[in-house]
Amino acid sequence: MAKESKIKCVVWDLDNTLWDGVLAENDALVLRENVVRVIRTLDERGILQSIASRNTFEPAMERLRSFGLADYFLYPQIHWNSKADSIAQIAQSLNIGLNTFAFVDDQPFERDEVRFVLPEVRCIDALEVDGILERPEMNPRFITDDSRKRRAMYQSDLLRNQEESAFSGPKESFLATLQMVVTIAPARREDLQRAEELTVRTNQLNATGYTYSYEELEAFGHSERHRLWIVSLDDRYGTYGKIGLVLLETTAETWTIKLLLMSCRVMSRGVGSVLINHVRREAKRHGVRLLAEFVSTDRNRMMYITYKFAQFREIEALGAGGVTLLENDLDTIPPFPDYVQVNLVDLDSH
Amino acid sequence: MTFQAKIMDTTQKIKSFLVKFIRDADVGDDEDLFATGLVTSLFAMHLVLFLEKEFQVKVDNKDLDFDNFRTVNAIVALIEKKQGGG
Repeated sequence: MAKESKIKCVVWDLDNTLWDGVLAENDALVLRENVVRVIRTLDERGILQSIASRNTFEPAMERLRSFGLADYFLYPQIHWNSKADSIAQIAQSLNIGLNTFAFVDDQPFERDEVRFVLPEVRCIDALEVDGILERPEMNPRFITDDSRKRRAMYQSDLLRNQEESAFSGPKESFLATLQMVVTIAPARREDLQRAEELTVRTNQLNATGYTYSYEELEAFGHSERHRLWIVSLDDRYGTYGKIGLVLLETTAETWTIKLLLMSCRVMSRGVGSVLINHVRREAKRHGVRLLAEFVSTDRNRMMYITYKFAQFREIEALGAGGVTLLENDLDTIPPFPDYVQVNLVDLDSH
Repeated sequence: MTFQAKIMDTTQKIKSFLVKFIRDADVGDDEDLFATGLVTSLFAMHLVLFLEKEFQVKVDNKDLDFDNFRTVNAIVALIEKKQGGG
């Protein structure tokens, strides 16, 4: 599974990879054929890009700016340290898994170092740049509005994060300055591609790790026995896009949360609890029991903790398929925190 | 350190942690931390990771019971239990 996962970030070397020539040797630098097209196309597909180059930061950025490419790269690592460290740093800053990274470099030595230290990263010889766009792992199944806006969304995250590190005071007060608006709405047809993308892309904040295809999600959208809600988040820096998904299996007596997931980009925003408390409130209003399925993976402990802190209790440990069943007593449901405004769009309409 | 002093120390450490998250920094030892709706997933995760690191304990799934975290005193009691202090 790890090896086949789709690429979410391509990290480029500069000298003799992005351009022909070596910056530090004052060569006349010429962009390599096709590189610009590859960078633009990956960007449109919602694949993030960064730089790992052994160079001095400012002159290299200056060249990228003069080529009109600087904006394409998030958290560029341009210094004299190890490229494996650089890639690990980028992965941490973007908060995405290393198994979704590809690294392009012309030097076998650099690729070997990365391969040795970070075996999950896929290393690509700069000579193979032309074929990059055709590789299956570089082709997301759908290109959604959210994929096209992905880089811009990460760039506004960068601003928020800078603001946040500069902010002194409790976390809750910082969140209040963001003026967040959470919108929870039934998934419509035009949301389903993004919904599928979310089930495929989300690992950490995913309570079950079930993935559903577009067709399955579409069927849930029409099913009397399911509710599929999609969550978006906006704040004063702009939109985070559609960042969360809930799938409920509903009977007259019981609602079961089959899927509850949130994009890692909103991990620090408190949206998960808003969503869970909303589901609790709706279940209570409909007079049904609320159950939740949880499947433990090596990365989703946070979702288990989220459920437990939202007053779910285990009623059946490790049943078929490693599924733990939890139930919520729906007793004391806290109000939405006052740092966020919640918009609920006709959830009974399906 | 006497037992009393140790409890006070634990309480103090937990409260200094809470201050980083909560605007109303002056929480009582028996005040319900979650009645105000301030518990976010991130806060929960940070709290668990903080306790594990600061007090060198492993918070197991079975400890992740809401009641163990509802008040400062409840958290202190959990830590005491995990540290084998009774």
